[in-house]
Amino acid sequence: MTDNSLNEIAAHQHAEPSAPKMTARNVNVFYGAKQAISNVSIDVDMDNVTAFIGPSGCGKSTFLRTLNRMNDTISGARVEGTIELDGENIYAPSMDVVQLRARVGMVFQKPNPFPKSIFENVAYGPRIHGLAANKADMDAIVEKSLRRAGLWDEVKDRLSDSGTALSGGQQQRLCIARAIAVDPEVILMDEPCSALDPIATAKIEELIHELRGRYAIVIVTHNMQQAARVSQRTAFFHLGNLIEYGVTSEIFTNPREVRTKDYITGRYG
Amino acid sequence: MANGGEHTIKAFDDEIVELRGLISEMGGRAEAAVLGAMQALIRQDQTAASRIVAEDRKIDELEAAIERLVVQIIALRAPMADDLREVVAALKIAAVIERIGDYAKNIAKRIPSIGSGRHKIEAVSMLPAMGQLATEMVRDALDAFAARDWEEAIEVCDRDRAVDDFYNSVFRTLVTFMMENPATIGQAAHLLFVAKNLERIGDHATNVAEMVYYAAKGKHMAERERGDDFAASTE
Repeated sequence: MTDNSLNEIAAHQHAEPSAPKMTARNVNVFYGAKQAISNVSIDVDMDNVTAFIGPSGCGKSTFLRTLNRMNDTISGARVEGTIELDGENIYAPSMDVVQLRARVGMVFQKPNPFPKSIFENVAYGPRIHGLAANKADMDAIVEKSLRRAGLWDEVKDRLSDSGTALSGGQQQRLCIARAIAVDPEVILMDEPCSALDPIATAKIEELIHELRGRYAIVIVTHNMQQAARVSQRTAFFHLGNLIEYGVTSEIFTNPREVRTKDYITGRYG
Repeated sequence: MANGGEHTIKAFDDEIVELRGLISEMGGRAEAAVLGAMQALIRQDQTAASRIVAEDRKIDELEAAIERLVVQIIALRAPMADDLREVVAALKIAAVIERIGDYAKNIAKRIPSIGSGRHKIEAVSMLPAMGQLATEMVRDALDAFAARDWEEAIEVCDRDRAVDDFYNSVFRTLVTFMMENPATIGQAAHLLFVAKNLERIGDHATNVAEMVYYAAKGKHMAERERGDDFAASTE
């Protein structure tokens, strides 16, 4: 990705381009001796949902996980290059990783609510981060988070029920509420709908649309229609390389790279 | 595939091939209708003229078939990138070819009125060559579609000026003829419409070529300077 093409992307924006929220430059990721990501540079901003697409093993999830240092938990994983959040290097020794993951939240492929009440699932983060001064504060945070996640009306009368008793789609929205509760700046989603039915998927997609602008959102998806529906920027990864990054409508109607075209038109492999 | 490898889902390739086949058949019929109408005009062959009018229905049916197939492909295959551009172009091209068919039918319908007059209008002899130019544009635009040949598409657009010039020339000739022979005005007016139809066919071929360019390149052909329409500027 050259600076030129990033500029071209900025020129395509309808809204006033905002400063990038996260900036990755020349990122390499290794699992032991194996290189999983090669020299990836990309900007993520608040105004646009960014989708990462590509075939299995292309590195899109690996790269997503570098954005909040989830790869730290994998032994033998090594990250080179710079990744900045508001200009601050997130791999700097001074960076508090717990704090980082509150600022850069994550939603996973399978909904993973804690085996606790719906209320506790949302309240847990704010409590450990000391975001609520009293019970009323906490109630307000829980309600606001569940409302933003589009779940409040469905669960307001049973907040003490177990989070695991909800349907899959509700559980995933609960996980999004949990991520929102600590007031993050960036939300990373790793195939958040792959375990959901089409209606639950549509609700999550609508939610992503509503959350856009409030948070910088990055979503990894295998479903190209989903990338086309929810994102304004799309990055295509292949074999650990960022092949093409641009305005979603351009990528899906007129990609520049043959590899992108072959993948999105179903000619890959 | 003219463009890139095959799809992982082979049935998609089959549908694209079917779509191209329908476009090609439809284009072939429209082209034959225009040329046939010109021949019937020169020979005053009323039987051929009626046949051309009747056969326009087949072109309409092909348009409907293409529309069905395109809607089906969009719904079931969710085409992307050049596939998407191709099926959208096919849908629009089918509509344009349908119009070309209508022009041929319209020409054929005028043949009895043109032949019924007592006077021989010399300008008639100019029209087959004009029809030839216009139908060659149609044929080449459709060949460009089949081959995804955007250079050929540009070349077709460039030829529209020749058809326009032809029309302006026929227009002047006919107006002069009408002034000198007021009794022929009825016949000559019909001929003028025939010439105008041929000129429109050239414009439609240009539209097809522009869609071919878009399908192949992913961007629109730059706005091009058109030949002035003499008839329109003599108000």
